[in-house]
Amino acid sequence: MKVLGLDSSGMVASVAVVEDDILLAEYTMNYKKTHSQTLLPMLDDVAKRIELDLSTLDTIAVAAGPGSFTGLRIGSATAKGLGQALDKEIVPVPTVEGLAFNLWGSRADVCPIMDARRNQVYTGLYHFTEDTMETLVEQCAVDIREIIEKINQRGAEVVFLGDGVPVYKEQIAEYCDVPYSFAPAHMNRQRGGSIAALGIRYLKEGKAESAAMHRPEYLRLTQAERERNERLKNEQNP
Amino acid sequence: MTEEIKILAIESSCDETAASVVRNGREVLSNVISSQIALHTLYGGVVPEIASRKHIERINQVIEEALKEADTSLSEIDAIAVTYGPGLVGALLVGVAQAKALAYGAGKPLVGVHHIEGHISANYIENPELEPPFLCLVVSGGHTHLVNVLDYGKYEILGRTRDDAAGEAFDKVARAIGLGYPGGPKIEKKAKEGNPFAIPFPRAKVADNVYDFSFSGLKSAVLNYINACKMKGETYSEADIAASFQQAVSDVLVEHAMEAVREQKATKFAIAGGVASNQTLRSAFEKACEKEGVQFYHPSPIFCTDNAAMIGVAGYYEYMAGTRSGLDLNAIPNLKLGER
Repeated sequence: MKVLGLDSSGMVASVAVVEDDILLAEYTMNYKKTHSQTLLPMLDDVAKRIELDLSTLDTIAVAAGPGSFTGLRIGSATAKGLGQALDKEIVPVPTVEGLAFNLWGSRADVCPIMDARRNQVYTGLYHFTEDTMETLVEQCAVDIREIIEKINQRGAEVVFLGDGVPVYKEQIAEYCDVPYSFAPAHMNRQRGGSIAALGIRYLKEGKAESAAMHRPEYLRLTQAERERNERLKNEQNP
Repeated sequence: MTEEIKILAIESSCDETAASVVRNGREVLSNVISSQIALHTLYGGVVPEIASRKHIERINQVIEEALKEADTSLSEIDAIAVTYGPGLVGALLVGVAQAKALAYGAGKPLVGVHHIEGHISANYIENPELEPPFLCLVVSGGHTHLVNVLDYGKYEILGRTRDDAAGEAFDKVARAIGLGYPGGPKIEKKAKEGNPFAIPFPRAKVADNVYDFSFSGLKSAVLNYINACKMKGETYSEADIAASFQQAVSDVLVEHAMEAVREQKATKFAIAGGVASNQTLRSAFEKACEKEGVQFYHPSPIFCTDNAAMIGVAGYYEYMAGTRSGLDLNAIPNLKLGER
């Protein structure tokens, strides 16, 4: 089974091709956010180097959100265009699950945190048992204190990763009561390899969708929608 | 028999998700437009993030429909054309990323197209005899450009708006008199009941370039008129305001354009863009062109609004001229006409 993995949900742009248990190629860059100019040339580079015939792909896995709205759409539209051209389905991989999967087999719980601005993080909490990644807290957009509270309640050691770490390091130090550590550079940001490998699992679980129906999961309404809902609520209960 | 070239075109620069198949640059085989207007009406104008989200939800279906309606398939397409600017960056990026991946996946050449070149090229669709050179006035919600079309893909901008686009002024005035969004068609409808000469709104001239436009003064004059009426406790006729405002816009556009026609000794004049479907404006240009003895061209309303057929037409001439865009094609929100 051969799967293409794409992640452009944050600062990182990453493209990978996984065949069964082998990572054939992975190209990850965390250098200026110009996904629109880099993601497809990166795929082309990878494809040329491993002599990839795109038509032999079983599916296209993409980090499907949360993340930067524009970044997510560049990844999604790239997957949707490829899917449409090649007549392939798409496996949407929740971004936070993809990040957690970087730390497969960790004895400590895994807590990805992505900076979501507006004093929130995109996060979740995961635990690895024999052959599964168990979800303790589904990916969500919350205040950093809220996820730390859940970690403290559980009382188990935890590893943090993601671009939220440098932003919230001090708050973690202040509020986290359990032993914790931060993942090192080779696994602490989005990786196409994780998206592709998790994509294979999700494909086997029947989680693929048509390229036409695929859309990112933002976990957030737009500002205009939020303000409108607020206004309507106030009009109903003055 | 000459070789047949089929272009698949994609357009997502504002609030319409559109795809089209065009044969040999002139024949529109399909023209699919998925409009989001109803949605944005809730917010009184286009919300960029909502527009981007809707584009990605609809884009594959719109492309599929365009291919199906044209009774063709991706494998029979010669090149893919896509709008890469100007427009809303998030909205543009959806079409650009989709078109690039589609072209890459299908092994087809990609051609990035300028949105305004698309609007101008819409005139080629229903006027097979029209060829450059000609003068063209592009008027829409985001643009007011007086352009000398020297050749296919070769443009000289004679004049542009210094502030609001003509369509933007329509939207703002429509909001002020409670007609809502989108302003163009609503003002036009209301104006039918009013007197276009009831209120003498100003016709602005720009001192250092006779071809440039300014609509913010006109917009302010309308707002001031309404406020003055309110302060004096007088009632005002929304229909008269709509009609008088529309007349003022039309007068300015026609006057500047005809100035250019005479100066440039043009024999052909065309209008394009969303506002070009305004009936009053069309009649005014028809009359003025007749008086000047120049041939007048205008697209049908369906090709005036944002659509992909016009991108397919412009894309065809770019393709024939050898233009090819790379996989690193980016969306450029403030792309200038004639810039590459």
